[in-house]
Amino acid sequence: MDRFLFLTVDGLSRGAVYAAFALALVLIWRGTRIVNFAQGVMAVATSYAAYSVTGATGSYWAGFFVALLAGLVLGAVVERVVMRHVEQAPPLNAVIVALGLVLVFQGGLGMIYGSQYLPLPTPYSRVAMTVGGVPLLSRYDLFVFGTVLALMLSLALLFTRTATGLRMRAAAFEPQVARLLGVNVGGMLTLGWALAALVGALAGMLVIPTGLGLHPTAMDLVFVSAFTAAVVGGLDSPLGAVVGGLVVGLVLSYVGGYLGSGTTPLAVLALLVVVLLARPGGLFSAAQARRV
Amino acid sequence: MRRSTLLRHLGITALAALILFVLTYVLDPFRDYQLATAAAYLCAAAGLTVLTGLNGQLSLGHGALMAIGAYAVALSQNRFSAHGVTALWTLPVSLAAGVVTATVCGAVIGVAAARLRGPYLAGLTLVVAIAVPAMATVFGGVFHGDQGLSVWLPPVPAALGENFPFEQWQAWLALTAALLTMLLLANLIRSRFGRTLRAVRDNEVAARLAGISVARTQVLAFVVSAACAGLGGGMFAVLAQSVSPSAFTLTLSLNLLLAVVVGGLGSLAGAVWGSLLLVLLPYWTDALVGRLVLSPALHQRLAGNLPLAIFGLLLIVVMIAAPGGIQGLLNRAGRWVRGRRPGRPARRAEPFAQEAEPPAPAASRT
Repeated sequence: MDRFLFLTVDGLSRGAVYAAFALALVLIWRGTRIVNFAQGVMAVATSYAAYSVTGATGSYWAGFFVALLAGLVLGAVVERVVMRHVEQAPPLNAVIVALGLVLVFQGGLGMIYGSQYLPLPTPYSRVAMTVGGVPLLSRYDLFVFGTVLALMLSLALLFTRTATGLRMRAAAFEPQVARLLGVNVGGMLTLGWALAALVGALAGMLVIPTGLGLHPTAMDLVFVSAFTAAVVGGLDSPLGAVVGGLVVGLVLSYVGGYLGSGTTPLAVLALLVVVLLARPGGLFSAAQARRV
Repeated sequence: MRRSTLLRHLGITALAALILFVLTYVLDPFRDYQLATAAAYLCAAAGLTVLTGLNGQLSLGHGALMAIGAYAVALSQNRFSAHGVTALWTLPVSLAAGVVTATVCGAVIGVAAARLRGPYLAGLTLVVAIAVPAMATVFGGVFHGDQGLSVWLPPVPAALGENFPFEQWQAWLALTAALLTMLLLANLIRSRFGRTLRAVRDNEVAARLAGISVARTQVLAFVVSAACAGLGGGMFAVLAQSVSPSAFTLTLSLNLLLAVVVGGLGSLAGAVWGSLLLVLLPYWTDALVGRLVLSPALHQRLAGNLPLAIFGLLLIVVMIAAPGGIQGLLNRAGRWVRGRRPGRPARRAEPFAQEAEPPAPAASRT
């Protein structure tokens, strides 16, 4: 029972990160109908930036905020320079270009930092505190929950309470009409990508220290888990992404805890197949007409 | 007068076989091995061309299907050697086992894939690419985890003489597999089934109205493609004489996609250029980096990663600027030259040229 509790807390903590990462995918999907397959490596790139800054200044927080800033800039640059050219093209092109970005980032980061695992520090201890004699959750878990919650609240505020958020939603929902009403649709798309990359960078900073460390492929498994989370939620629904993230985090934590950590990729595959075959539109989708 | 497509393809294959046969004698063993590697890539890349280029289904799981083929060949070969069967015929039997295993797995993925479109399919196959190598660790008793298996191979036939280079023998094996794959696929895509594939790619609704079963076509395309990937993976096992999960990472799947896209989506000839590129570009960059005087540590860093970055850039640039790939550019250059030549009309006007033109790549459609 103790182990079950521990795995549940661990799963929720992981799930919070998956939820944030899935949210980044959903942001871009809603804006441009593109699944950003380069999201994982972009997050890794920002974490490498944090590694360099933390190494130079000795301050974790300097690295943390540089990573967020780098995410913002990287997202905008990637959208403006690369993805803009394929936004109107068929979906296959956008996926292929995003995969090209994966190779560019992996190769580039490998050239700069080498291919060994580098340690990324955590700001708080990862040793679980005991609650009523049961080792339950660490300070770091609390930090993760707090950060992700703050992130989600600010995103919700941005999209529902500000004029910029309204413009972004309009640009994503009805680009032509939005443009006629004077919304800078291109700018909104860039902003959406920048925001998504920032969210991805945050998720990367939170999850990479809990794994093996920094490596060009460090986020591969996180990416597929978050993609599964987004699909569980339906790719179109931010709330669905959050719920999906928590579900995926819990499932992976239980499977990894009881069957051995090597089985988590298989668990992701099984989960994704089941969801796609049972409810291709996600758990939160309304009935929808299919093209054929 | 129309010649028979089958005869034409057989003729081209025989000619290519003859040239390659002579080539393996001209090249030194190292080059022979490179040629063999390109041929193994080609088996899988040609299959991916059929799936992605002609049927419009994007698979990032072909590296995993290659792993399945490779492990099947390894297990089967080692079983033969454990029972003391060392005849040459064990190799084709094992390769067939690899193809069948990959085909069955491909059929399972294909059934799921037929219900999925665009990013969903890419995502599912991406997860396959990451999950399958993990099986080597989970079922460590059979697959020996990260360490992998060594592959027992029958010796070079004695008739070839004692000093026959082993690499040349491997090149013969791989080239045979590649030529066979190309011949079968070339006939397949010129057949009724090939037209069905393209019809489904271009417009599913129209294809269904024309009486084509869209789902069945998509599953079949996946099956054919998986069989080719299984053969390619099996050849990898034969070439490296070992299999391990590190040889079949996501990067392999991305490399195959790169070969198909840069060579020219939807064109079998493009798959040839792409496969050669996959082998030669890392070699060239390595030679280039070796020419510059660098510290060993820096050299090691650049060795694996520079080609990766160049591949990625190529993928992006080709997709944005020239979706037809190398083969598309070659075709354009060919038409331009023919159109320029005095006294001959551009071949575009002739009805026969229509058939010679490769189908427009799916991805360039808007």
